[in-house]
Amino acid sequence: MTAVIDYGVGNLFSLKSSFAYIGEEVVVTNDKDVIMSADRIVLPGVGAFGDAAKKLFESGMADVLKEAAAKGKPILGICLGMQLLFEKSYEYGEHQGLGFIKGSVKPIADRVDTSVYKIPQIGWNALRFTKPSPLFKYINEGDHVYFVHSYYGDDCEESLLATTEYGFDVTAAVSSGTVYGTQFHPEKSGDVGMKILKAFCEMK
Amino acid sequence: MITKRIIPCLDVRDGRVVKGVNFLGIKDVSSPVELAKFYSDSGADELVFYDITASAEGRALFTDILVEAARTVFIPLTVGGGINTVDDFDRVLKCGADKVSVNSGAIRNPDLISAAAQRYGDQCVVLSVDAKRVDGSFHVFAKGGREDTGIDAIEWIKRGQQSGAGEIVLNSIDTDGVKNGFDLEMLGAVCDIAEVPVIASGGAGCIDHFTELFKALPKVDAGLAASIFHFGEVEIKQLKKELDKNGINVRI
Repeated sequence: MTAVIDYGVGNLFSLKSSFAYIGEEVVVTNDKDVIMSADRIVLPGVGAFGDAAKKLFESGMADVLKEAAAKGKPILGICLGMQLLFEKSYEYGEHQGLGFIKGSVKPIADRVDTSVYKIPQIGWNALRFTKPSPLFKYINEGDHVYFVHSYYGDDCEESLLATTEYGFDVTAAVSSGTVYGTQFHPEKSGDVGMKILKAFCEMK
Repeated sequence: MITKRIIPCLDVRDGRVVKGVNFLGIKDVSSPVELAKFYSDSGADELVFYDITASAEGRALFTDILVEAARTVFIPLTVGGGINTVDDFDRVLKCGADKVSVNSGAIRNPDLISAAAQRYGDQCVVLSVDAKRVDGSFHVFAKGGREDTGIDAIEWIKRGQQSGAGEIVLNSIDTDGVKNGFDLEMLGAVCDIAEVPVIASGGAGCIDHFTELFKALPKVDAGLAASIFHFGEVEIKQLKKELDKNGINVRI
């Protein structure tokens, strides 16, 4: 069973539907016991880093995730959920993250000519693998996935799994131990996305 | 490199997909969920569901369809039509929409854009503009293209993106349904001031029109069309193959 953490951020309908579609039992919850009894955990997120981090820490979900990570439970952070895995973010100020992934989250606008590269990056972009990962066992380099973001994970070479080209090599996926993160939305990336979720659901 | 997107638009009334020519003479096409699945399998990069129902029953039917579509297809879904309040955003986002497009609702209440962007993020708010040439400039039209608001379309789009619109859909009423190609002049004027992705709509009649669009205006991010896809005049797989052959970066 996969637990999708519900901490009051964003719409989880598509995420829940996508797991159901690939035949995975999924529960959307903020119940600690349910989360700890799950085989794996998904940390979703849309919106601003500061608000989401605050909700994560105040709801106690940050501690639950830390406990789960320490026990080696597979965790997948998606989009803002991936960014929350980092040590900190510079989105409107400076905010503390969960610290599972070494590095920080910074504005794309600081790295590109915004008259050429529009912010946010919205759309389908190709993956370039930097390290083999079980998360990619069913997909190929060059496959396209769907991105929507204005910030990116930086200084995370140790954890980097894949990048995508948007004026520079933008962090697309990371991992550290059993903690994984994708900047893109697998639940919105068609067949390729479903294959990534399937690979995640085979992790125990 | 980010790819150019191909987006079929499904106008939905009373649970069915419809499409009019120049917004008149609406004709029934097919089941929205079946069509959505078909397009997703054919390589559509995104889908737009446009609710053209006015009644409460029709609206409930529309959200049922949306839920079913979001359970069946896993590409981004944008919903438009009848979006007048932040509560309307809430209603469709809960049913599985990823983005919400505002048109007349934002003309009546421009604060809707900023209110929704603050609550759901810029990426969620799509400003859809129906524009037409009037006395040498482009005017914004309301009520499905029937009413000239007198507002300058370029100024309106500038203001929209300042308020937090994360994407612009420009539908040229002058070229809509005519199938002679996209309105490159109007789109060019919008691209000159656009800081967010621009989606071109209105006028596509064949594959070459999409090639022409992306070649002439590299700043256009996506092409949107309805009837040519619904009636099988342009097949999405074939369209993307041709675009790729012409050096335009697409997801195949």
